[in-house]
Amino acid sequence: MTCLPQNGSKKKLGLVIDLDICVGCHACAVNCKEWNTGGHSAPLTDMDPYGADPNGVWFNRIHSFEVVDDDNDSRTVHFPKSCLHCDDAPCVTVCPTGASYKREEDGIVLVDADKCIGCKLCSWACAYGAREYDEDVGIMKKCTLCVDRIYNENLPEASRVPACVSTCPVGARSFGDLGDPNSDVSKLVAEREGFDLMAELDYKPTNKYLPPRPKQNENSFSDKPVSLSPVETEKSGLLARWADKVLSL
Amino acid sequence: MGFFPTSKQEEVDTSPHVSDEVKTTTCYMCACRCGIKVHLRGDQIRYIEGNPDHPVNKGVLCAKGSAGIMQHNSPARLQKPLLRTGERGSGEFKEIEWDEALELAGGWLGEIRAKDPSKLAFFTGRDQSQSFTGWWAGKFGTRNFAAHGGFCSVNMAAAGLYSAGGSFWEFGEPDWDHTKYLLMFGVAEDHDSNPIKIGLGKLKTRKGTKFVSVNPVRTGYSGIADEWIGIRPGTDGLFVFALIHELLKAEKIDWTYITRYTNAPWLVIQDPGAADDGLFARDAEGNPLCYDAEVKKLVSSTNVEAKPALAGEYTLPDGRKAVPAFHLMADRYLDTQYAPEAVADQIGYSAANIRRIAAEIAHVAFEETIELDVSWTDWAGRKQDKMIGRPVSMHAMRGISAHSNGFHTCRAIHVLQMLLGSIDVPGGFRHKPPFPRPCPPGPKPAGHESIANTPLPGMPLGFPTGPEDLLVEPDGTPKRIDKAYSWEYPLASHGMMHMVIHNAWKGDPYPVDLLFMYMANMSWNSSMNVPGTIKYLTDKNEDGSYKIPKIIYSDAYHSEMVPYADLVLPDTTYLERWDAISLLDRPICSAHGPADSIRQPVIKPDRDVRPFQDVLLDLGSRLGLPGMAKEDGSAMYPGGYSDYITNHERTPGVGPLAGWRGKDGNSHGKGEPNPDQLQKYIDNGCFWSDEFTPEQSYYKFANRSYLDRSHEMGWIPNAERIVMHIYSEHMQKFRLAAQGHGDIQPPDDLRSRIDETFDPLPIWYMPLEEKAVDGKEYPLHAVTQRPMHMYHSWGSQNAWLRQITAQNRLFINEETARQHGIVNEDWIWVISPHGRVKTQVKLMSGVNPHTIWTWNAIGKRKGAWGLDDKAPESNRGFLLNHIISELLPPRKDGYRYSNSDPVTGQAAWYDLRVRIEKCDAKEEGATEPMFEAFAPLPNAPEQIAVLRYGADFGEEKPKSQNSTREEPRALAPDDTLAGEKP
Repeated sequence: MTCLPQNGSKKKLGLVIDLDICVGCHACAVNCKEWNTGGHSAPLTDMDPYGADPNGVWFNRIHSFEVVDDDNDSRTVHFPKSCLHCDDAPCVTVCPTGASYKREEDGIVLVDADKCIGCKLCSWACAYGAREYDEDVGIMKKCTLCVDRIYNENLPEASRVPACVSTCPVGARSFGDLGDPNSDVSKLVAEREGFDLMAELDYKPTNKYLPPRPKQNENSFSDKPVSLSPVETEKSGLLARWADKVLSL
Repeated sequence: MGFFPTSKQEEVDTSPHVSDEVKTTTCYMCACRCGIKVHLRGDQIRYIEGNPDHPVNKGVLCAKGSAGIMQHNSPARLQKPLLRTGERGSGEFKEIEWDEALELAGGWLGEIRAKDPSKLAFFTGRDQSQSFTGWWAGKFGTRNFAAHGGFCSVNMAAAGLYSAGGSFWEFGEPDWDHTKYLLMFGVAEDHDSNPIKIGLGKLKTRKGTKFVSVNPVRTGYSGIADEWIGIRPGTDGLFVFALIHELLKAEKIDWTYITRYTNAPWLVIQDPGAADDGLFARDAEGNPLCYDAEVKKLVSSTNVEAKPALAGEYTLPDGRKAVPAFHLMADRYLDTQYAPEAVADQIGYSAANIRRIAAEIAHVAFEETIELDVSWTDWAGRKQDKMIGRPVSMHAMRGISAHSNGFHTCRAIHVLQMLLGSIDVPGGFRHKPPFPRPCPPGPKPAGHESIANTPLPGMPLGFPTGPEDLLVEPDGTPKRIDKAYSWEYPLASHGMMHMVIHNAWKGDPYPVDLLFMYMANMSWNSSMNVPGTIKYLTDKNEDGSYKIPKIIYSDAYHSEMVPYADLVLPDTTYLERWDAISLLDRPICSAHGPADSIRQPVIKPDRDVRPFQDVLLDLGSRLGLPGMAKEDGSAMYPGGYSDYITNHERTPGVGPLAGWRGKDGNSHGKGEPNPDQLQKYIDNGCFWSDEFTPEQSYYKFANRSYLDRSHEMGWIPNAERIVMHIYSEHMQKFRLAAQGHGDIQPPDDLRSRIDETFDPLPIWYMPLEEKAVDGKEYPLHAVTQRPMHMYHSWGSQNAWLRQITAQNRLFINEETARQHGIVNEDWIWVISPHGRVKTQVKLMSGVNPHTIWTWNAIGKRKGAWGLDDKAPESNRGFLLNHIISELLPPRKDGYRYSNSDPVTGQAAWYDLRVRIEKCDAKEEGATEPMFEAFAPLPNAPEQIAVLRYGADFGEEKPKSQNSTREEPRALAPDDTLAGEKP
């Protein structure tokens, strides 16, 4: 019940997340929480922080699980998940108050806290489960793509990226304009065959994921030999060869 | 489509005020020691981020570092010195003033020092100032000092330092920029936390690379490996031998490298029964001999013109026979017992796969060789046009280390690296300065004598090279309380902290008067056998006195160890203190060059706490310790630890920090103390770093330019080449003693143990506990890892990190579980020969079928860490420590060795053998054993229901100023809902 920008946003700021190298360390999630708990949507409240059910607001969460490949071989996947800033964002269109909105200038999906009534329709609408309800204040919160950081003139230019991107130790997270086919992130997506999460839902997520590269094990193609050829099979023959090996070096 | 908003889009302040001030310092959330920038809003921390200029982390920061705010503000922080009022372990204390605390501690310490300084056992846990605390112990005069290395990874350190001149751990790194093939053994996470992650990111985004992880468990790094080898725990050595077997048979060996840079060609005396059997044949000057295959005579190994033979039997001038070390090595590993077929079943990886890995390694090393266009000159003056690199790198850690065969397994990996020519070459494993050092480096352990009021002649920890360096009485009785450097654990070069409490309780080898510990949770997750340890800490003599008479403990937090102390000295958090991350200790260097760093206080403590290092200096001055008190009795460093960091000189010109030395601050490495040194560090982001020239960057062990520089910096005693040890003569010396040679010999009951385990070439033996227990009764291996977001860190009182993990489950292979009739979420007993623990199960496929595992140190005891009694950590989280014995099953005569590596004393955590049983339905829901809750500390903060950290920062932003936005309109029918908002 809330409009998306009429002609879509031309600039589409978002993240590219490389599942090939994410080790599931949670750095992005915690650094995000650290930045944002004092940022645009402050605080990222924690309920029962030292008790039986510690449970707070996180804009980014990491899921580690096992999946079975086509060759019936399982692998471990680390999967960071935050708002994907969809072009066709159902969390916006479902919002009864205009609180959920997509910015015209850069495509970031935000919640206007002054308009949010905490009805949670957006969290029901979001198939990715990327919305975070702050029950302390009754307001829905979510990833802001660090909107208070990426343009922040009080920070050095190199720091004007989302906290999750600047802190990721493996470099699995990239930030940029996915609406510009010539941007570094768009090229990265093209080169690595980046994909839309649950593309079949057609929400046109801005964030892209890069798939793990093919495994290299006994079942996969390799340009390397599969065994070595002994030059001698007998130990005594080998040792005899090596007595004056040095002369042939 | 929607009908709202008709109002304008919210105006967002995209440039809000961030911080009033940004201060740099060094993280202490684990052992990685990243540079951080702390953003401050008044006296509050707004944000902590990685320092982009810092050589360790280059701007990134892990989950722990990012959770520093919660660590700093933890309700578990100690508030004031505490004196025990109840029984030990009750947790009942009264707060006392620092004057009283220091007078008490000083009195106890002074009494001991005047009588027998070794009656003080001083062990410092996860201390990052060991060169200082070790120095303090030496000046006090006690040999009974160590940090936690003995139960962490001394196997990695010792094996590397006795073989390769440097070790894995945090002291070396793969050549991340060039390596094409990384073989990682037993690494779930490491001290080099962020550098490894940065490196893996680089490696995997380069084409044509491969990352192989050898680990029973496929999590974390193993999850992104191109190939995961789910090896059976404790069998890595066999895997490595099979690789060596294959490489030898195919002659895939870097002959030039091993001939020039290792002791492969040195002749080993073959004279069984003689006192020098197995030692190197030497010339009159003591230089090892080789056999020149060209001129066909014996030559000194220092003769650079020689063409030394690598195999064959040669006659020494005295008529005896000798063979090159390489010959002995090849003879051993060519044996069919190390063929892939012979080891495949035992390690759980097929012979064909072992052969394939060997072939891949050989292919990359010898067909994908790297040549850097960098000329360099070797130690003998031979000029080389290029730097040749074998781009196969290796890294190994706890999965190798925490087994009782870990020393030899780690040595085996180093031998494999040497055969491939891949140590400190482009694309291989690279040393970080101050390594490489001679094998082994530096001083011997001090402490043969314990003399009243007298310092030790050196540092308590060092590197023995023969039986004469052991700290044993003439009858072989250990001199150290932990039995390090005894015949039971001769190369225990990090001490054996895991045995101190047991031995002190038992009075074996003798009782102590005072146990003084720092930053080590020894009554809980840092000890084997928690129930036993608690008994040792609280057990009393018949007269009602404690068997361990006095315990002082210093920690910043209310850990499980606090309630077992008689006197608690509260430490600061890492953001409230000075520290030096020193080249004398465990520096932050990278392979590119040396570096060190400091911590500066960025926040003032709001509690009555003091940095432990300040307290030690204060005690040292009260005790009149040399170097800490002047002759008139006044303090040598009245300004505390920062004064010491600036002005202390270990040897003339060498102090804790290498940067900006000299009166004018222009000297690096050596130079007079500079009064402005700390300010120079602060101005530079709290670190100093330097870069090697390209010429100095590889082949450091034999590189003239590097060796000269290393010597100038004071890292090595002279600029001579460093020869790597495929064959360890030092090991053989201990073995000869066991065989009845020399003046210093082991007691008879230890001869066979030394003879078997001090093999001069790497061996594999079944982990000692596995060998001792019935494999049918206890068919499974049980191991642990720390989650990356808690590795080497305090975990549970951190409000953010505990939301990620507050309960650990036991992970079991799906197939193994099916055989046991166990399904996901079942509650089961894990039963070892030592005890049983109850836990909930999680099934997975990425774990070796003979292995179960869990996250370590998640379980917490009720009453500790500022947690509510209902916290999952205390009710569902558990420790495997409860069922790991610190002692092996008894020998025939009843004596029980420590559950440790017999060479180094490394705690063998991962040797644990267990069986699993489903528990009764009525037993489900809570872990066991369950320990009584500690009493709350005086003035402990109340539990908070809601944490709104940062709310103030948000309110400070100029939210609606200059906004053209319309006031939010009342939106029927939701008015009432809106009105309900606080």
